[in-house]
Amino acid sequence: MRSEPYIQNKTLTDLRTDLQKVQEGVALALIQNGYTDFAQFAIRLCLEESIVNAFRHGNRSEPGKVVQFHCKIDHESAEFQIQDEGVGFDPAGVPDPTAAENLEIPSGRGLMLMRAYMSEVEHVAPGNMIRMKYKNGPDPAQ
Amino acid sequence: MSNPTNVLNISDEAGVKKITFMQKSIIDEVVIHQIGKEIVAVIDGAAQPKVLISFNGVDHLSSAALGVLITCHNRVRVKNGQLYLSDISKPIFEIFKITKLNKMFQIADTSESAMKNFK
Repeated sequence: MRSEPYIQNKTLTDLRTDLQKVQEGVALALIQNGYTDFAQFAIRLCLEESIVNAFRHGNRSEPGKVVQFHCKIDHESAEFQIQDEGVGFDPAGVPDPTAAENLEIPSGRGLMLMRAYMSEVEHVAPGNMIRMKYKNGPDPAQ
Repeated sequence: MSNPTNVLNISDEAGVKKITFMQKSIIDEVVIHQIGKEIVAVIDGAAQPKVLISFNGVDHLSSAALGVLITCHNRVRVKNGQLYLSDISKPIFEIFKITKLNKMFQIADTSESAMKNFK
């Protein structure tokens, strides 16, 4: 039997505690909707990266600033929307961390991992909102 | 809740500092910060550090953890030391491949094979 869609709209106020709660709810929904271990790994990683980015880079860790989290998970896809209160950024301006000259720079890989693992990643202008979608299905060839 | 004081096991084997993680997931920022601090202390404490970081039992890490590893790599390189990573699971190795860090780090399948590579 197929599960009902898992829908969450949350205002996240604390990175550590709220991220953990989000991850726990999403993990359960992914299992109930038949997502593979690979998909669970990928989605967990991308949620971690996107929500940490929203608090740290978007909101600049300023107390009182929140992150809006929305997700919808069913057996076909898992969709996420994360919005911070920052001024946004131009994703095209982020240096390629795999370029030889950037390989030894310790930061700047989160966005690349999200693009690699998710089926779709969209930055909504002015760049303080990200939408990500993972289409359920067989694991990609590794 | 993570306990940042218990993040690593560090042992000395034939002059090589072998580091393993006490957490299955290396994603918590506080834990990652502590891990970085402790590994950097190991590196800074040796004239020519020989360090093996084993990911045995680790099933998750974030880009922030990669950042710590890169910092360690850079510090070891400056001191003409050696750093090997080992026991990396397939899903985590995929992260190294995506970010092309598998080209930068010296990676061995197992701790045993890594130990043979230290000079």
